[in-house]
Amino acid sequence: MSHPQILVIDDEAQIRKLLQITLHSNDFRTIEAIHAKEGLAMAKHNNPDLILLDLGLPDENGYSVLKKLREWYTKPIIILSVQSGEEEIIRALDNGANDYLVKPFRSGELLARIRSSLRGFYTPTNQINSSGLVIDTSLRIVKKDSTLIKLTATEYDLLALLAKNEGRVLTHQYLLREIWGPGYISQSQYLRVFIAQLRKKIEAEPNRPEYIVTESGVGYRFVLNENS
Amino acid sequence: MDKHFQRTNKKKQYTISILSVLLVSGVCYSISDLIGYRVVALLLLVTVSLISIFFDILPVLIAAVLSALLWDFFFIPQKFTFLITSAEDVLMFLMYFVIALVNAVFTTKIRQMEKIAYKQQEKENTLKLYNTLLNSLSHELKTPISTIIGSTDNLQLMADKLSELHKHELLCEISKAAFQLNRQVSNLLNMSRVESGVIKPKHDWFDMNEVVHDVLNNLKDQIKNKPIQVVIKENLPLFKLDYDLVFQILYNLVHNALLYIPKYAVITIRVNCRLDRLNIVVEDTGNGFPEDEIDLVFEKFYRLKNSSTGGTGLGLSIVKGFVEAMNGTVRLNNMMDGGAVFTIDIPSELSYINLVAQE
Repeated sequence: MSHPQILVIDDEAQIRKLLQITLHSNDFRTIEAIHAKEGLAMAKHNNPDLILLDLGLPDENGYSVLKKLREWYTKPIIILSVQSGEEEIIRALDNGANDYLVKPFRSGELLARIRSSLRGFYTPTNQINSSGLVIDTSLRIVKKDSTLIKLTATEYDLLALLAKNEGRVLTHQYLLREIWGPGYISQSQYLRVFIAQLRKKIEAEPNRPEYIVTESGVGYRFVLNENS
Repeated sequence: MDKHFQRTNKKKQYTISILSVLLVSGVCYSISDLIGYRVVALLLLVTVSLISIFFDILPVLIAAVLSALLWDFFFIPQKFTFLITSAEDVLMFLMYFVIALVNAVFTTKIRQMEKIAYKQQEKENTLKLYNTLLNSLSHELKTPISTIIGSTDNLQLMADKLSELHKHELLCEISKAAFQLNRQVSNLLNMSRVESGVIKPKHDWFDMNEVVHDVLNNLKDQIKNKPIQVVIKENLPLFKLDYDLVFQILYNLVHNALLYIPKYAVITIRVNCRLDRLNIVVEDTGNGFPEDEIDLVFEKFYRLKNSSTGGTGLGLSIVKGFVEAMNGTVRLNNMMDGGAVFTIDIPSELSYINLVAQE
C-alpha cells in the first residue's frame, strides 16, 4: 500500500485539478470521473483504495450514487459537498459515507481525513496511543500519563468506539445506537452528558478538547495527536 | 395620517359617519330653541365636510343623505314632516350633496397625490438601500477578488524576481482573501435564509459549554491575543434548541465585537439560564454604539456612520433573524462606562439530566 489509488468523482474541473495536485504531491495515485455513470464504472473497473465523491453531480443524485457504491464497495468513501447543512452531511454518513468535507476545505484537512480513513481501514489495533492517552481495548483500560483512569462501562464503550474510528466523524445517532441501543436514537441528552463526563476525565482542559472534538451539529471525532 | 385612515376599515368608517351625524343632530335638537334651524344646517354641513376629509366617498354620501333628511324632518318649520316650503331651504337641502361630493372628489385627488408621493419616497428608499448594498458588497467582495487576482498574477509573471518571503506573503494574502470571500458569501446565504422565512429550527439537546468553545475554536485565528472571558453559570442545564443557529448567533456576535472594538478592550461571554430561557450575553469594554444608531444596527446592510472596518452589515441582522426564528429576543445596550452589551434571550426546554446522571 505504498501509493494508494484514489478515485475522484467530481464534475468541477477546477476541483479535480486541485485534488490531483494535492494528492499527487502526497504520494497518492488518482483516477478521475466527471459524472456519476463514469464514476460507478471506474470504481467497478479499478476497485480504488478510496473514493472522493462530490454530492452535487449533474447526472445523478449523490446519495443514490453512494448507495449504489455501497452495494459492493467496502473501502472508504469521503463525501465532498458545498452544502454545509448538517442534515445533508448526516444523510450522507447514514448512507455509508465514512467521512465528509465541506467545500471550501483546507488541503491539510483533506489529507488528514484520507489518511485516517485508510489507516482505520487497514490497521485494526487493540491499543490506541495519543499524546499521553493510552486506550487498551483488549484489557479495557484507559491510562492518562501512565495513571489509570476510572471510567464507567458506558464511558469506556463510548471512548473506545470513538477511538477505534479515530479521525472519523461519528454521528450522534450512530453513537446512540451503538452504545445505548436502537431505542435511544433520539435521546441525545445522554450523549451530551457522557461526552462532557468523558472530557472531564481525559482532557487536560475539558472546554478545549483535544481528543474528542465536536463536529457542529453532526457528531464527534476522536483525534489522534501524532506529534507526541 | 393618510395611511392611518386608509387602514381604518370600511365598517368603522360607516359607523363613525353615522354616529357623528346623529350626535351633532342630537345636540342641536336639544338646543334648537337657542339657535335657528339654519345654524343647525351649517353645523351639520361642517360635520359632513369633516367626514369627507377623512373617509371614502360612500360613507360621506350616507352622512350627507342622513344629515339632509334629519335636518328636513326634525328642524325645518313644520317639524316631523319632509315638507320643505321655502326656496332657501330647498337650496340648503341640496347643498349637503354638493358639499359632500365636492369634498369627496378633492379628498380623493389629494389622497391619490399623497399615494404617488409616498411611492416615490419608497422607491427612493429602496434605491438608497440598494446603493448601500452595492457599495458595501462591491467593496467587500471586490477587495478579496482583487487581492487574489493581483497576487496570483505576481506569482505567475515574476516568480523568478520574487523573494521567498514575498512569495510566502502573497500566498498568505490569497488565503486570507479567499476566507473573507467565503465568509461574505455565507453571510449572504444566511441572510437570504432569513429573508425567505424558510428557517425551520431543528431542536435537539446540547450543552452550551460545547457551543461556546466550538465558537471560540472557530474564531481562534481572529482572537489571537485578544482576551475573551467566558462566564458560564455552573450547573447549567442542557437546552433543546437548534445547535447550528445558536452557534451562528454567538459566532456573529463575537466576530462582530472582534472586528470593531479597540485593541485594549475585553470581550466577555456570559451564559445563563433564567426560568425556562437560555440567556446569552456578549459584552465588551470598547466604546459602545452611538445611542441614535442602536435601533438601526439590526437592520440589514446597516453600517455605523463612522465605520471604517470591512463588513456588509449583515452579521447582526442574521443574529436577529436567527434569534427570532427560535422565538427569542435580542437587545443591544451601552454600559455606563462605554462598552456594548448584546443580550439574547431564547425560550427553551431544559434538561437537568447532566447534573444527576451518574451510572
